[in-house]
This record gives sequence, C-alpha cells and structure tokens, in this order.
Amino acid sequence: MELKRTIKFEADRDPEFVRWISHTVGGERIRHCLQCGLCSGKCPLSLYMDYTPRRLMHLSREGFKEEVLGSSSIWLCTACYACMVHCPKSINVTHLLYALKQRAIEEKRYPRRFAIPVMARQFSDMVRGSGRITESWLIVKVFLRTSIWRLFGMSGLGLKLLRTGRMPLKRERVQRRAEIEKLLDSVAATRKELAI
Amino acid sequence: MKYAYYPGCSLRGTGRAYEESLLAAFRLLDVEVEEIDDWNCCGATTYMSVDELTSYALASRNLALAERDHSEIIAPCAACYLVLNKTQHYIRDYPDIKLVVNRALDTIGLKYRDKVKVRHPLDVLLNDVGPEAIAAKVKVPLNGLKIAPYYGCQIVRPYSTFDDQGDPTSMERLLEACGAKTVRYPLKTTCCGGSQKGTLPEVGLDLIHYLLSEAQKNGAEVITTVCPLCQFNLESFQKEAGERHRQTAVPVLYFSQLLALALGAPADTIGLQRGFVPIRPVFAKKEIAYA
Repeated sequence: MELKRTIKFEADRDPEFVRWISHTVGGERIRHCLQCGLCSGKCPLSLYMDYTPRRLMHLSREGFKEEVLGSSSIWLCTACYACMVHCPKSINVTHLLYALKQRAIEEKRYPRRFAIPVMARQFSDMVRGSGRITESWLIVKVFLRTSIWRLFGMSGLGLKLLRTGRMPLKRERVQRRAEIEKLLDSVAATRKELAI
Repeated sequence: MKYAYYPGCSLRGTGRAYEESLLAAFRLLDVEVEEIDDWNCCGATTYMSVDELTSYALASRNLALAERDHSEIIAPCAACYLVLNKTQHYIRDYPDIKLVVNRALDTIGLKYRDKVKVRHPLDVLLNDVGPEAIAAKVKVPLNGLKIAPYYGCQIVRPYSTFDDQGDPTSMERLLEACGAKTVRYPLKTTCCGGSQKGTLPEVGLDLIHYLLSEAQKNGAEVITTVCPLCQFNLESFQKEAGERHRQTAVPVLYFSQLLALALGAPADTIGLQRGFVPIRPVFAKKEIAYA
C-alpha cells in the first residue's frame, strides 16, 4: 500500500518558479486571477485534464512547480484561445500554457518517445533546413521516432492522400534558404546577449 | 487594390483544394492577389511550443516581404492568420521582441514597419466584395444545400478583427448569398483538437466525433471549414472516430469550394476530386447543376 501526503506544504513551493511565471511574456497578470473558473468551463479539453486551467493558474503562481510541470494539462492544450478570450481579468492563459510547455520540454519532463516534443523538434529542424514544412515528411519523421507501428497503421490514409494529390512527393522549399539560417542565428545571438 | 497572398505550407499539401478554389473564386470576383515572394513557414502552433521568440522572427520575414509592395495580406490558413496577427501584436507590445525581430531582419536586409494589415479571405469577401456583389454573380445556385458552418478556433480567437468570437456569421452570409441554407451549429468555434489526433489520438477522436455528430444531428448535408487542419481532421478520421462512437458520413469542404462552384468554376478545378467523403451525390440530390 502506497501512502501519500494529500496536503501541500508551504515548503513544497518554489519561489524561483513564481518569479519566472510572473515575468514570462503574457504571464504578467497571473496574480490577478480570481479563480472564477471560466477558463476551465470554456476549455474543450479540461474534462481530460488532471489539473484544469483554473487550478493550474493557482498552482503556478503559488510555486508548485512539480505538480504544474508534471501535469497532463500542458500537453492537452491545443491553443484554441477559448480560455483567454473569456478571462474577465484578461490573463493570457493560452500563452501561459505555452510557457509551461516550453519549460517542460527544456526540463525534459515527458514520457519516453512522447510525440509532442518530438514533433516540435522535427518541425523546427525542417524549418531551418527548408524554410517551409512538407506535411507528409513531417508526419513520417515523427512516427519513425515515436511509434513505427502507427506509421503502418496510417498507410491507408497515406495512399488516399497520394491518390488525391494531397501528398506531394516534392519537398516545399524557400529559394533563399540562407536568409532563414541567418534569421534563426541572429535570434539565438540576441537572446544570448540580452539573456531573454 | 492588389492584395499580397500568403498561402502557407498546408495549402501546398493536404489543403490544396483550399488554394485552388479560393484563387478560382478570387478570379471570378476580380479580386487581385500576388503571392509573397519566397515566403517561409509562419511557425504555426508547433514552433511556438519550442521557441516562441524565433517564431516571431520567422513570421516577421513574411510581413516585411509583403510590406515592400502591399498594404494588406490575405492569409487563408487559420494558423498562419493567427501567427501573423499575433506577431504584429507582440512586436507592438513587447520592446524585447521588437528588438530581436528588428535585429534578425536587419541581417537579411529587410525592415518591418508595421504598415501591413493581415486579413482573412472571409473578411475580404464579405467586407470588400460584399454579399450583394457575390449574389449578382452566382451562376449555379446552391438550391438550399444545408450547411454546418465550422470556423474552428484560430480565425476568431484571440483577435476578433472582423467577426464575433463566440458566434461568428460571416461564412453564413457568404454562402447564403450563393443560395445555400445554414443549419444551427453551436459548436462552430469549438476546437477540433488540432494535431492531437497524431499525438493523443483518443482525445482527438472524441473532439472530432462531437463536431461531426452535432452537424449530422442538426441536418447538415455538408460541413464547411476555413482551416486546412480542421478540414483534414473532420474528413480523414471520420470512420475511426465513428468506430469509437457512432458512424457519421458528412462531406467536409472548404467554404471557398462551394463559393467557387456557385460562381461557375468547373468542379475539377476547385479540388472536389480531392475529398474522401463523396460530395457529388449530395449535389445530385439537391439538383445543383455545377459545371
């Protein structure tokens, strides 16, 4: 029998996390949250979440980093912005969810072979290399790195897309690809210089 | 006025029918567009989750390229439309982001002056062309075809620039001008799950099914979309979602396909052959005599 403490202690809080979340772009207003729950009510995914957006807002600003970054909600958010447009205190909830997702990816807090961070990485690599996304290649690359058997399961769909001309075999590319690399390198350099 | 046109990656892949039909409709309505020279991926929702700052720089290259010759951009893809709009807002609101973007553009000889307006085709068709002008040019009336207008999330949220965020009606007004009828569709701005069908399939399939069954229950003969990912999700996974719940068979078209068809564009030039759920029997039943 595994016994777990069900009450959170003051000492579980992480002040660094509080500072970070309230200074991240879009997070400035998190302390204004009224806990009204409109975000959770409007969220089409909240019924699958361990912590609903309302609870996530509160846990975040109080510094319960472990609970927040380990939450399934981060990965369930589809960025549909329903929470954000209905927030009576104009809190950028969607943007905060993005920030949490980035942080969880940075700290590698996700299951092995989890598709979302793999997809994000493959997507950004393809943009660096080609400047544009060829959807079919992206999907193949993601499934090769997550679950090959699902790729076979999708071969029927692939054939249908191919037959209807919706899966071009030629890859989409930007002509002046050097510009994309320069752009990306410049962002990395400025970020390092200004530590943002 | 000539608009800058930003197709985005999906309209060259799974969403080809969107581009084909939209450009056909624009030609028939004398809306002039010019593709942005050497445009790049906007970063979409995915890039934002790994590196937001970089995604603003990527999007701003397109804005800066368009600004050289145009004052307005048409962005048909929902994700592109949102990202370009969001980038403009964040460059205005956050000096750090502005600095990063300006420096990055400087290295490739571009400058962003915040002089270009990002617009959705629904907005342009409704407010610049107008439903009366469209109705006057209809050659193939849609004979009361019953449509569930599905907007998805990113056209109306978070920046409501031309329509209501909870109950938009621009698609209804355009398609009714072509002789269609629209059914009540309260889920019209509820999320389809985006890329979740690929990453967390059970959840994605549930969301897809609710949208389909609601449309069918309300008597829709076709669902119209404005987003390549919504269209792809609702159409391609209909059977799979049905296996988890109850089977549905609703054709899912881009609004522009019906618009172009009504304006007289031949069916094989607007991507009707690219759909997975057959639409022609529905047209036959409604006696729509398309070209």
